Amino acid sequence: MSAAAPSLTFLALCLPFLAALVAPALTRRMGHNAVWILALAPALAFIHFLGFLPAVADGGAITGGYAWVPSFRVSFSWLIDGLSLTFALLITGIGTLIVLYSGGYLKDDAHLGRFLSFMFMFMGAMLGLVVSDGFLMLFVFWELTSITSFLLIGFDHTREASRRAAIQALVVTGTGGLALLAGLIVIWNITGVTQLSELIGLGDVLRESPFYLMALVLVLGGAFTKSAQFPFHFWLPNAMEAPTPVSAYLHSATMVKAGIYLLMRLNPVLGDTAAWTTILPVFGGVTLLVGTFLAIRQTDLKQMLAYTTVSSLGLLVMLTGFGSDHAIAAAVLYLVAHSMFKGCLFMVAGLIDHGTGSRDITRLGGLRAAMPITFAAAMAAAFSMGGLPPFFGFLGKEEIYEALWHADTWSLAFVAVAVIGNGLMFVIGFAVAIKPFFGPVRETPLHAHEGPALMWIGPAVLALGGLVAALVSPVTHRFVSSPMASAVHGAPELVTISLIPHIGAPLLLSLITIVFAVAVYLGLDRARRFADRSLRAIGWGPDRGFDQFMSGLVRGSRRITGVMQPGRLDIYMGVTFVFIALALLVPMAVYDEWPARPVWPEDAAFHELTIMAIAFIGLLAVIYARDRLTAIVSLGIQGFAVALIFMLFGAPDLSFTQFMVETLSVVILALVMTRLRLTAADHRPTGQKLIDFSIALACGTGFMLYLLAVTQQPFRPYLSEFFEAYSKVIAHGGNIVNVIIVDFRGTDTLGEIAVVMITGLAILSLIRVRASRPDQPIVDNDPDSEPTPTGAWRKGRKLGEGA
Amino acid sequence: MEALFALLVGALFTVSIYLFLSKHIIRILMGAAILGNAVNLLIFTAGRVTREVPPIIPPEFDVPQSVVANPLPQALILTAIVISFSFFAFLLVLGYRAYQDLETDDSDEMRVAEPVDDVPPPLGY
Repeated sequence: MSAAAPSLTFLALCLPFLAALVAPALTRRMGHNAVWILALAPALAFIHFLGFLPAVADGGAITGGYAWVPSFRVSFSWLIDGLSLTFALLITGIGTLIVLYSGGYLKDDAHLGRFLSFMFMFMGAMLGLVVSDGFLMLFVFWELTSITSFLLIGFDHTREASRRAAIQALVVTGTGGLALLAGLIVIWNITGVTQLSELIGLGDVLRESPFYLMALVLVLGGAFTKSAQFPFHFWLPNAMEAPTPVSAYLHSATMVKAGIYLLMRLNPVLGDTAAWTTILPVFGGVTLLVGTFLAIRQTDLKQMLAYTTVSSLGLLVMLTGFGSDHAIAAAVLYLVAHSMFKGCLFMVAGLIDHGTGSRDITRLGGLRAAMPITFAAAMAAAFSMGGLPPFFGFLGKEEIYEALWHADTWSLAFVAVAVIGNGLMFVIGFAVAIKPFFGPVRETPLHAHEGPALMWIGPAVLALGGLVAALVSPVTHRFVSSPMASAVHGAPELVTISLIPHIGAPLLLSLITIVFAVAVYLGLDRARRFADRSLRAIGWGPDRGFDQFMSGLVRGSRRITGVMQPGRLDIYMGVTFVFIALALLVPMAVYDEWPARPVWPEDAAFHELTIMAIAFIGLLAVIYARDRLTAIVSLGIQGFAVALIFMLFGAPDLSFTQFMVETLSVVILALVMTRLRLTAADHRPTGQKLIDFSIALACGTGFMLYLLAVTQQPFRPYLSEFFEAYSKVIAHGGNIVNVIIVDFRGTDTLGEIAVVMITGLAILSLIRVRASRPDQPIVDNDPDSEPTPTGAWRKGRKLGEGA
Repeated sequence: MEALFALLVGALFTVSIYLFLSKHIIRILMGAAILGNAVNLLIFTAGRVTREVPPIIPPEFDVPQSVVANPLPQALILTAIVISFSFFAFLLVLGYRAYQDLETDDSDEMRVAEPVDDVPPPLGY
């Protein structure tokens, strides 16, 4: 490997992000033709990754990267083995075709530049995700794919259905991402490594840890939400609100496979335990059946394909869970085949939509002559999806049956699941490829016509790819299937299956599948009605559950806010002081640190006691005063008493300041309060007074005990001695208090002056600024309404006033 | 002597908090004024009390010639008095202006920021 290779790989990883940066400007200048240039970015990355094929086929792995946060051993580093490389090639290869397709599909859309920008951001995130070596990098890219998916699903943000689907996808996959983060941290804590490449050898440490199950469940939480496993599957069909290129790319070929990628990546370290080989096949199998059953019900091309994507993902999880040689080989083959045929079929659905204006399978027919290329691509993809030779899907399906066929009940149950699932997917695939193209020509909103070259290049290439990959299967296996299967298995593995069928159980199962599928296909309308009826009978689904959850969340938050913030100052104050009292008293009680019983000070002089008594009397008078003025004067009494105490105990500066401040306070208070027409006395009912006084007394007692405890500790005079010793020597001042304020702590005093100045300004503005009459109520920004031209609001207001 | 001070501090806190718990702005304001005294006296006492010897160095000496009062709490309190007075003035004007605009000094009736009949948040998307 040359020295330039690491930086080139880094550049290849950055290319999509660079394209995202220039896409809007380029689209503004060149219109939709900009995609020809922009598609170079993923194409170049594709070529770069192709160069790794020979090295990876020989069992090597390409690593590299840069330190990120070395103190936490977090790095930006990549690991490109068979698994990562296959994914990287799918992402960049299909990505190139999708970019071209988007140019045709959104040709006249004003926001094509923004769309392409989001698309490239996603591509970069997904590419980063599959080559990540560091845990944190993996997580960051994982969440980034969720966020870009949110942006793309909500692309048509003026429609509520889009917004709902986008939020739903973000909530489900984002929550799963957090579970994944927790899972990765648990794994990090168990093994002490932060890199996937170092983790691979530590499978036994992980499997024997008592925290294994916790790590597994958290990781599965991330993988199952991302890969739309039952019961988290509902977001994926809703995500079809996005433009078709997004459905083809994110929600069938790449992003939804991130969960599968994670499971495959962690199979060597987390796999091969009872939990793994039970949870994964069961969830996968249920998802497979639920997905196909829901797909039968649909008549919208994209919805049908979306539900079969759910079932395909279930099949992949199921196979990964089995973990045997054949199961992994089958998962690998099926994953590659699925990315190609499903991406192709989605683009076909987009072409039909684009060419006829309709996606409803019951309203389409006879398009074969008008859309020959689309028809050919659809048929090829359906053959692959149905698992018929000579397409790549055939290899996948044969390997699946080979893997599952064992003579025990557990295996046979899954064989049955696979046969039903495959059969129904066969039905959907051919329903999409046959129904719109054969039969009598139907009236459609648009006059049926073939799409532009930009739009059929993608499906045509993917359909051909499915054929070629199968025809040259030894080459495919050497460079793609075997290295990937080895990486998933954690040990070298050779995939050998070819197009030549060998007589055995798999072939028999294939035949059963096809017979079952043809039977269902012929009665498709009846099957659809049956599925529809039974789902109506159930009525409730996770999709509606999500709505209930979200509105419950809003209502619950409102209720909690209502309790926590009732909007009443006395309650806020009460709660605050109860907690202050508890904070003061509870620790003393718990640690038994009550102060010693104080002794009566023998040396207390009579005049000192008198002044203290005056302070107490002033306080009582404040509470019991019958009218405001008395209360204010009493307030002055206790203030002056405190000032006298300062005077007697060696603080003349404090005393003078306190006298001045107290005088001013009383005068201002009296001036202001006599201007108000206020009722005199305390209006609280006696019970409330009693409660309030108890709280106050608890706080006061707490502070008193606290102060007693403090003063009973030995005094440490270090700071005071420092100031006494250096006040004259260093700062040349005799009054130590003043020296501290203006010299030693001069900056603090500056801050104090600033505070005084700011409050002064605030007071000034409060006095000067008069509130106008209550303003017009703020009208919420309604996204569905037409944007208001500038000035229209004022005009409308004037009109309203006139009327 | 500190025990007596602690008792006075406790009384100041009790009265101030009792006033704070009232619903009337004017009583809360008086509570704020007393709270300032309570905290100042708390700091003063925590630095220990000494009688009648202010912390001043005579002109002809470099260090105090006898035990003097602790200068550190005094410096802290001097700052605190000024700041609490400016805040007291601010709160007073704020309460006065609130009364002018809302025509009440009952905190229960001041519901502009958190109205009783607040509209529930939208449930759609």
